[in-house]
Amino acid sequence: MTALVLRGRARLFGDDVNTDYIISSTRKRESLDPQVLRQYLFEGIDPAFAASVVPGDLLVAGKNFGCGSAMEVAVTTVLGAGIPAVLARSFSRTYYRNAINNGLLPIVCDTARIGAGDWLAIDGANGMAVRNETTGETLLPEPLPPIMQAILAAGGLVPYIREHGRFVV
Amino acid sequence: MTGKTISEKILSRKSGQDARAGDLVVCAVDCALGTDGSVPMALDYFAQMGGERLHDPARIVFALDHYVPPSSAKTAGLHQRMRAFAALHGVALHDVGEGIGHQLIVETGRALPGDLVVGADSHAVTYGALNSFATGIGSSDLAAIMITGQIWLRVPQSIRITLTGRLTAGVYAKDIALALAETLGADGAAYQALEFAGPGLQHLELEDRLVLSNLAVEMGAKNGIFPADAQTRAYLAGRTAQAFEAVDPDPDAAYSREIVLDLDALTPRIALPHLVDRVVPLQEAAQIPVQMVYLGTCTGGRLRDFHQARDVLKAGGGVAPGVQLVVTPASREVQDAMEADGTLADFVALGAEIVPPGCGSCCGTCGVIPGDGVNVVSTANRNFKGRMGNASASIFLASPASCAAAAVRGAITDPREITP
Ligand code: SF4
Repeated sequence: MTALVLRGRARLFGDDVNTDYIISSTRKRESLDPQVLRQYLFEGIDPAFAASVVPGDLLVAGKNFGCGSAMEVAVTTVLGAGIPAVLARSFSRTYYRNAINNGLLPIVCDTARIGAGDWLAIDGANGMAVRNETTGETLLPEPLPPIMQAILAAGGLVPYIREHGRFVV
Repeated sequence: MTGKTISEKILSRKSGQDARAGDLVVCAVDCALGTDGSVPMALDYFAQMGGERLHDPARIVFALDHYVPPSSAKTAGLHQRMRAFAALHGVALHDVGEGIGHQLIVETGRALPGDLVVGADSHAVTYGALNSFATGIGSSDLAAIMITGQIWLRVPQSIRITLTGRLTAGVYAKDIALALAETLGADGAAYQALEFAGPGLQHLELEDRLVLSNLAVEMGAKNGIFPADAQTRAYLAGRTAQAFEAVDPDPDAAYSREIVLDLDALTPRIALPHLVDRVVPLQEAAQIPVQMVYLGTCTGGRLRDFHQARDVLKAGGGVAPGVQLVVTPASREVQDAMEADGTLADFVALGAEIVPPGCGSCCGTCGVIPGDGVNVVSTANRNFKGRMGNASASIFLASPASCAAAAVRGAITDPREITP
């Protein structure tokens, strides 16, 4: 696998962004299709967001991102909008799991000094180090345990299970 | 080597390894729940994963609870798809009106002491009250369990919650849970287990413990687990024929933190909109006007909750003008018991709207939706903006008795002011 490099603009959010703020659970009654749901991404807390998102944009949040419901559309809708990674000081554990399982890269790091619109580059060859090209700062996230790396490297739990048929440690 | 917590012991048993906090283990799952909120997506993942048959259908349970009754052709279609899959693969399915999946897992004796039970819904943590390692997962995890029977888990560190003393009149399990949310914050237990302990447990009935385990996830916890005792066994008697082996912590188990809560000193609590950890002593919020009171959900929709609320409503002389009172039993078993002992008739006489068992108004996908600008006091577990289907409503969370006191006065009221 070639080392992953992601480069995108930082889109800032605060602490305790719950899954209903990411995508309202009332929306998933009518469709589970990320391409339909993406137009409602963050509609409750940032109504202009969905129209302004550019593929490659990176979500940057404070603590406890994705708290609340375990609903997985809160991950697939983010991916559907072309966002490949979320950086947060911490994640709720169900959001973190769902992110890994769908190939959305969750990066735990100190996001306090990232500004709105900063250009960030994430280097897969260097332990997912996040270089803030706007400020020059580099953040080193906690390394992921092997099984999570394996699922992410496969592209998510679907290709992982197709390949292995079970969990291999 | 130090001893182990309850969570470390159960995950050791289920993984066949010496599991310690921080380890990543692959475990055999004893039972997994999916709801109409999570199964439709799980069935998509199942197909994409190449799933053809289930590893063990007897370990999978479906519940139709979030869209009850289905309010559109789309949601009715989701139900049809789940019924067809369940019939084809021999999965037990609880249909519309039977109740909330979490309550049904508990009532049907599927969450046993020492077991690993998961649910594709964050409040699967509820079964920790029965000494199960119980945690919420997503739809993709559920699909993988359906195919492999397994899940990967990081073994959590545990926070020991030691309860001492005994609750005084007017103070309930929900107040304990809210006090913990106040102390820990919405992510204070992130990735960790809450392990309940102490002499205070003997005075907490199983229905009280369910409330505490249910709210563990609102502090970010992976699970909230109790030791098993005579109460646990009494609850399970008649609900399961299966043998089980309860798990106690080792005396020298290592905890990341210990919180001691003296139940004697606890007073009623309330969570203010729109965060579960915005908890204050209820008296600080007294007088705030209330237009809707909601009694139900997997937190506060059991028989004991309705008894506590009914007693305050009766003692207070009924519902204040201008207050809408909505009652949703957590399951048909709860509703039948309310019917049998007259509680349901009491609520009807009090002018309550009775909604069939299920998630009801809790997450805004069905049930009664509050109007614009309305203040709701609810027995639920979440008060995020828009949670009940209207982002301009404000949701307060409190005990069933505190909710009832608000209905009596039309304003937030300390239930201890209303005595029979
Ligand atoms: S009652 Fe509410 S919290 Fe419980 S499972 Fe249903 S929607 Fe979720």
